[in-house]
Amino acid sequence: MHTKTLTELKAGLANRDFSSRELTEHFLARIQQYDGDLNSFVTVTDVQALAQADAADAAIAAGKAGLLTGLPIAHKDIFCTEGVRTSCGSKMLDNFIAPYTATVVEKMAAEGAVMLGKTNMDEFAMGSSNETSYYGPVKNPWDLERVPGGSSGGAAACLGARLAPGATGTDTGGSIRQPAALNNITGLKPTYGRVSRWGMIAFASSLDQAGPMAQSAEDCALMLQAMAGHDHRDSTSLNEKVGDYLAALKDDISGLTIGIPEEFFPDTLDGAIADNSRDAIRELEKLGAKVVSVSLPSIKLSVPAYYVIAPAEASANLSRFDGVRFGHRCDDPQDLEDLYKRSRSEGFGDEVKRRILVGAYALSAGYYDAYYRRAQQVRRLIRDDFARAFEKVDVLMGPTAPETAFKLGAKKDDPVSMYMADVFTIGVNLAGLPALSMPTGFINGLPTGTQIIGNYFREGQILNVAHKYQQATDWHKQAPAFGGAQ
Amino acid sequence: MSWEVVIGLEVHVQLNTVSKLFSGSKLSTGAEPNTQASLVDLGLPGTLPVVNREAVRKAALFGLAINADICRHSVFERKNYFYPDLPKGYQTTQLAEPVVGAGEVEIQLAPKGNKGGEGEKKIVRIHHAHLEEDAGKSLHEDFHGMTGIDLNRAGTPLIEIVSEPDMANAEEAVAFARKLHAIVTSIGICDGDMSQGNMRFDVNISVRKPGEPLGTRTETKNLNSFRFMEKAIALEVERQIDVLEDGGEIVQETRLYNGDTHTARSMRSKEDANDYRYFPCPDLLPVAITDADIEELKAAMPELPDSRKARFINDYQLSEYDADLLSGSIATAAFFEAAAKAGGDAKLAANWVMGELAAKLNAEEKDIADSPVSAEQLGQLIARLKDGTISSKIAKQVFEACWAGEGNPDDIIEAKGLKQMSDTGELEKIVDDIIANNASQVDDYRNSDDAKKKKKIGFFVGQAMKATQGKANPQQLNKLLQEKLQ
Amino acid sequence: MAIDSKVVAQVAHLARLKVDPQDSDALSNRLNDILAMVDQLQQADVDGVAPLAHPLDVTQPLREDVVTEPNIRDKALEIAPAAEDGCFLVPRVIE
Repeated sequence: MHTKTLTELKAGLANRDFSSRELTEHFLARIQQYDGDLNSFVTVTDVQALAQADAADAAIAAGKAGLLTGLPIAHKDIFCTEGVRTSCGSKMLDNFIAPYTATVVEKMAAEGAVMLGKTNMDEFAMGSSNETSYYGPVKNPWDLERVPGGSSGGAAACLGARLAPGATGTDTGGSIRQPAALNNITGLKPTYGRVSRWGMIAFASSLDQAGPMAQSAEDCALMLQAMAGHDHRDSTSLNEKVGDYLAALKDDISGLTIGIPEEFFPDTLDGAIADNSRDAIRELEKLGAKVVSVSLPSIKLSVPAYYVIAPAEASANLSRFDGVRFGHRCDDPQDLEDLYKRSRSEGFGDEVKRRILVGAYALSAGYYDAYYRRAQQVRRLIRDDFARAFEKVDVLMGPTAPETAFKLGAKKDDPVSMYMADVFTIGVNLAGLPALSMPTGFINGLPTGTQIIGNYFREGQILNVAHKYQQATDWHKQAPAFGGAQ
Repeated sequence: MSWEVVIGLEVHVQLNTVSKLFSGSKLSTGAEPNTQASLVDLGLPGTLPVVNREAVRKAALFGLAINADICRHSVFERKNYFYPDLPKGYQTTQLAEPVVGAGEVEIQLAPKGNKGGEGEKKIVRIHHAHLEEDAGKSLHEDFHGMTGIDLNRAGTPLIEIVSEPDMANAEEAVAFARKLHAIVTSIGICDGDMSQGNMRFDVNISVRKPGEPLGTRTETKNLNSFRFMEKAIALEVERQIDVLEDGGEIVQETRLYNGDTHTARSMRSKEDANDYRYFPCPDLLPVAITDADIEELKAAMPELPDSRKARFINDYQLSEYDADLLSGSIATAAFFEAAAKAGGDAKLAANWVMGELAAKLNAEEKDIADSPVSAEQLGQLIARLKDGTISSKIAKQVFEACWAGEGNPDDIIEAKGLKQMSDTGELEKIVDDIIANNASQVDDYRNSDDAKKKKKIGFFVGQAMKATQGKANPQQLNKLLQEKLQ
Repeated sequence: MAIDSKVVAQVAHLARLKVDPQDSDALSNRLNDILAMVDQLQQADVDGVAPLAHPLDVTQPLREDVVTEPNIRDKALEIAPAAEDGCFLVPRVIE
């Protein structure tokens, strides 16, 4: 059962080939058996999962199935889940039982999804390797000595190892797409504001966006259908009509114009990475797409702009973790300052502290204009570059990540080199655009991914392009040897 | 050597919305601690603010009331600092683009000296007014050496009104503060209850020699009554002058005034001042206020204190100063107008409201809304005074009785037999008795010259008033005595 | 714009983080690496470019002024590190 896609499982449930309880028990058993090696889950909610599965079976029997009824889903541990620990990969929230549930989780549950558990992640979503988690690094199922990418590393790894058929992720600078590429799965970061951020613990509020991760674009469409929509609790969630993503999959892509930003294929890029993405584009040409070259001149400044804006927002977003109302509090505080400083220093890991410091520094008196204001100006230049490109093309394509999964610890002492893992994904977050990463081949047995970037609210079109590619190829069907995933 | 005093005010006005600025929590005072603090108010991870429409409307209404520009795209920013009653570690406020831009307020000063006539008028410029959220409360009692945090007040909508340093003494500052109170209560955006902290004043004070540049200023914080404000300013001005005249320097600092002991102390100096690292709040979008919104607000604008004042001068022939005092609060103005209507004499109503009634309210620290004598009762009293039923002396007695809850003026006059004696026959008999019983005084009177007679008639008037318990009509009595003593 | 241990200490205080003296130099070095990368921003020609705080040009939706939130005190205090008499408890705050 675990090799099947969500779409296939949905058909199986409808067909009564198996029950949701059987399906859920199967995945719970796989997690039990294999996740010790992978460390992709922080919390497994087996009791609740089985209760939800039974309810799903009843709903199916009553002919009242929703979009996701009975399908097991793993939620990134950044989404608040009432009554279940929501750690955000941090010691700070190791004891935090959320008193409410995130909109994304609620909406998917309302469509009948079964929550398997909460997946591991970089602490507060800050990282590209899943090594900053308080719960230890997640391993890449394609090579247990390598990282799964991050920050949604647990989600990507459990999908790659087929310990779950679908998972939620969040993407602030590439945190869905980069791990998707490194684990040979498909992941979509929607347009900023397409999916509610209510209950999703904030890293950088103007960049964060939740999205679906699964084996195929078709599965992502199914999940996004349940996740997307305006939420009156999130001022930045947009009141734009949700498209019919499943219907859009069927659209013909002949006549589609694909733009190739020259900046996504720099001379310094690994030739094999470039080749895999070029092959994918060529495949789409065969399906009738046209290809043109475009330029995004300011994109080269996306990483520096991001590493001002994201830490600045994070430095304020993470001030609420102060040991007063929830989360970690140090033992025996001597006074208020001691309470703040020790609780925060004990609760946060090194990378989180570094980013808080960078952010506080960039916002401090005398540096605001040189850093924060300038980064926001560059952000506009980057957005305008994309806008100009989209006057000529329907989608933009290029490699998702500049390299395949690296060895655990390889970049641990070099934050700047770690930050470059997101060089192709960050610009999309700054501009607020939707983008998807899909599997497009291997290098030395390790997966690579190609990114498809669309215009605002064109998730349907991106999914359509990816789906057509996946109908013509089988890269996305490849699974690692680990855990009998094949 | 004279000193020039320069005063500017920052005024926090609590808006009387039903719910909080960024959450749907109930706004009220006196609730059990933390029972009106929602997920958002508690700053729980993953929660997001949504702006209250009514708070924006009320802030803009204030802007229109002071002829200020209304910002069409106002922006919320985060002001970062740690304090236990500030749940998110930042206050959501406005800095660069506040809802209300520059405006002005006219203040009326009391007539100077005994010449009568009109007092001076003065314009105080408003720099801007912005919307922001209030913090919670730190409770120091009852926690055995610890501090308890109650977040019911956290998120309460405030507008902070920042004046230019246009005031030259405590009288002007208080007149300005009272005028703001009059405006915000007249337009119905604030309940104006100072004892509940509905309005809180921070006063910036500096002194200088005429013609010299501005001196170093101090800020005296959180004054919540006009009386304390007046006293605190006097104290601080005196302190600064003493320091400077002793050759010292003023330190820029925040000071806390204690009304009970009439002392002030330094809270923190500029060196400890925080670097607040303001930046636009990424969870909120610019708030749009359209031309149509502004037209709608203008149409709905209640009568402002200035137009009410002009109306009182015009309709009731009041002096500028009297009209200013009576138009200052909706409650006083309404009371005055009702009393004037019921009594049929505006001038008498004005004198009674500003005189006897104000003194009594003041002595018993009561609001005019809680006056034991209603406007209708005062009107009835005025009517009886006007038609000669009672003398002004008796009127005061009736007022006291009415205040003590002994009934309506007419009933009191009847029950106590306080009607002026209008029957000449009865009065004549009393006068005859007095003349008969005081032969020596009568002789003395008759032998005096005209000047002395004028004095000496007082004895007989006194006797007659005594005999009639003050009910004798003074003019009638005088006439009668002069005739009989001839 | 290199930063030293002193600046690190100042910023750490603003952020209420504790930096152990023995880690201070290493931390400064890391932060300087990051800032050196970020300093590429100084090359950008941003004359006359308005800062962009939010990717889409949209305005704030406004909420009607109604009470929607229930009393959640019990739930909130249950997850608090220290609470008493309905309040969150902290070491004494001196004004």
